[in-house]
Amino acid sequence: MKFAFSVAKRFLGYNKGQTIMIMVGIAIGVSVQIFIGLLITGLQESLIDKTVGSTPHITITQQDELSFYDFEVKNDEFTAVVYQAEGPAFAISESDDASVLLRGLSEDGDKLYKLSDKLVEGKMPSLKNDVIVGLGLQEKLNLDINDVLTLRTISNQTVDVKVVGIVDLKVDSINNSWVLSTLPTAQSLFSIDDEITSIAIQVKDVFTADTLSEELKSEITVSDLKVINWKEQNEDLLSGLNGQSISSIMIQVFVLISVVLGIASVLAITVLQKSKQIGILKAMGIPDNTASLIFLFQGLILGVYGAILGVLFGLGLILSFTTFARNPDGTALIPINFDLQFILFSGSIAILSALIASFIPAARSKKLSPIEVIRNG
Amino acid sequence: MDNIVEIRNIKKIYGDKVKTQVLFDLNLSIEKGSFNSIIGQSGSGKSTLLNILGTLDRPTDGEIVINGVNTKSMNANQLAKLRNETLGFIFQFHYLLPEFTALENVLMPYRIMGKKIDDKVMERANELIELVGLSKVKNNLATQMSGGQQQRTAIARSLMNNPSIILADEPTGNLDSDTTEQIYDLMRKINKKYNTTFIIITHDQHVAEKTDRIIEVKDGRIIMDVRRNND
Repeated sequence: MKFAFSVAKRFLGYNKGQTIMIMVGIAIGVSVQIFIGLLITGLQESLIDKTVGSTPHITITQQDELSFYDFEVKNDEFTAVVYQAEGPAFAISESDDASVLLRGLSEDGDKLYKLSDKLVEGKMPSLKNDVIVGLGLQEKLNLDINDVLTLRTISNQTVDVKVVGIVDLKVDSINNSWVLSTLPTAQSLFSIDDEITSIAIQVKDVFTADTLSEELKSEITVSDLKVINWKEQNEDLLSGLNGQSISSIMIQVFVLISVVLGIASVLAITVLQKSKQIGILKAMGIPDNTASLIFLFQGLILGVYGAILGVLFGLGLILSFTTFARNPDGTALIPINFDLQFILFSGSIAILSALIASFIPAARSKKLSPIEVIRNG
Repeated sequence: MDNIVEIRNIKKIYGDKVKTQVLFDLNLSIEKGSFNSIIGQSGSGKSTLLNILGTLDRPTDGEIVINGVNTKSMNANQLAKLRNETLGFIFQFHYLLPEFTALENVLMPYRIMGKKIDDKVMERANELIELVGLSKVKNNLATQMSGGQQQRTAIARSLMNNPSIILADEPTGNLDSDTTEQIYDLMRKINKKYNTTFIIITHDQHVAEKTDRIIEVKDGRIIMDVRRNND
């Protein structure tokens, strides 16, 4: 074993140029794999984050009636559970009026909708009859912080609220219509007392939303409730992501195949180059298995060094990509998560493929008869 | 004297469709510690005979007994072990491993045995290198030595595991006459010193005449077997 390893090492060291070429070949394969993999994952994560990062992943609503009594929803996978009371209203300011959507949120609301981050001015509503409004609405109604706004419901209930903050919700239609308050403000305006109109939930892993939603359905005892998750509502996005994942895997698989074929063919040639040596070693008495081990070790050594080099190349590529590909505001175009597990996985796959690629030359070396070499000079 | 090698009714046929018989029922016994030569024209079958003696090639029929052990039923790995421990080879094209230095090449059979190289083994390897007169170039890669030096390295290597038999196939075939003389003197010296049995193929009549026994092979048969006393 040790003998085979040292011979393998010596063989590789003797043909330095060739060895370096194979290692660089493996390294390029690994680096492309890491680069493409991390890039696509980063792209998907940022896309998902932009799409569903600050929206509910699971929403519970009443099917027939408007409101229902709240109940506790608990699961370790849930990161935010928001009890909401919402409904249409008419907002009247001194200068103009507009139809709006008033949404009263319980404590977790800030966490789910990331409102604090989106606050352009002012603060979050904390007292009853404090509201924050969308940026578009603020412009339309010409509102300032601490201005008073009158809200009127369809059933002609009115309440005067104080604007304590302005948020930029990034989507025009929402910016033009949302008025956000604490839960009691909305509850009293809509005269639903302690009841709520929906429960919005965010989960740790967005892709488990559908299964968690099913679990939730079976746990809920209140009748006539509807549980929907973001996946049902975003099938187009999901199929897009899926397509992207598949094409990314395809690229990685083909890169891998070319790496394997490359190593296999070069190693196959080295067996021919070294057949004289293998023959003489066999004449001197190395067992057939040792003869094949030499080439397996060569594959392993090439794989390990190629993988290490490839990981470094790949990280370099990613690093230069994140350094040079930037938004005008200086943030990374695609935020990339240095997924250590994926990087290690790519590296190990390369080592494994190098090992597999060396099976053919190893088998050849095993079969090589010393007499062929000696007879043919 | 004991026979160290015995072959009985050896036949060798090459080819599946077109059969070419190169050895015809050969019988031969080699005595322990003897210094033998095999002569014959090219194509006579002498190399095939030597390769069969060295278990590198298997006969189509017949038996080879080396050191009292019949090799007929041995598998490839058992034969490899037998070669490693009992036989030393010297080939015409020296066949050193170019990736290794002279000293490493000499140590190779020992490392193949799977034992650890300690000071004593190192001493033996150096002693063998000294014996073949290569102390100055022992750390050169095989490719950085002259043909004669390489052949002498190959001789030192063949001795490393203290084999009872050394098989040499035209060991001086591509060397000049001075070097040829040195190599033969060296093999003779080893034969005397370690009582190692030598079987040497040569086409050089001059060389053959210096050996204890000349076996001539022609068309796959032994046509002459002369023992002589050089002392």
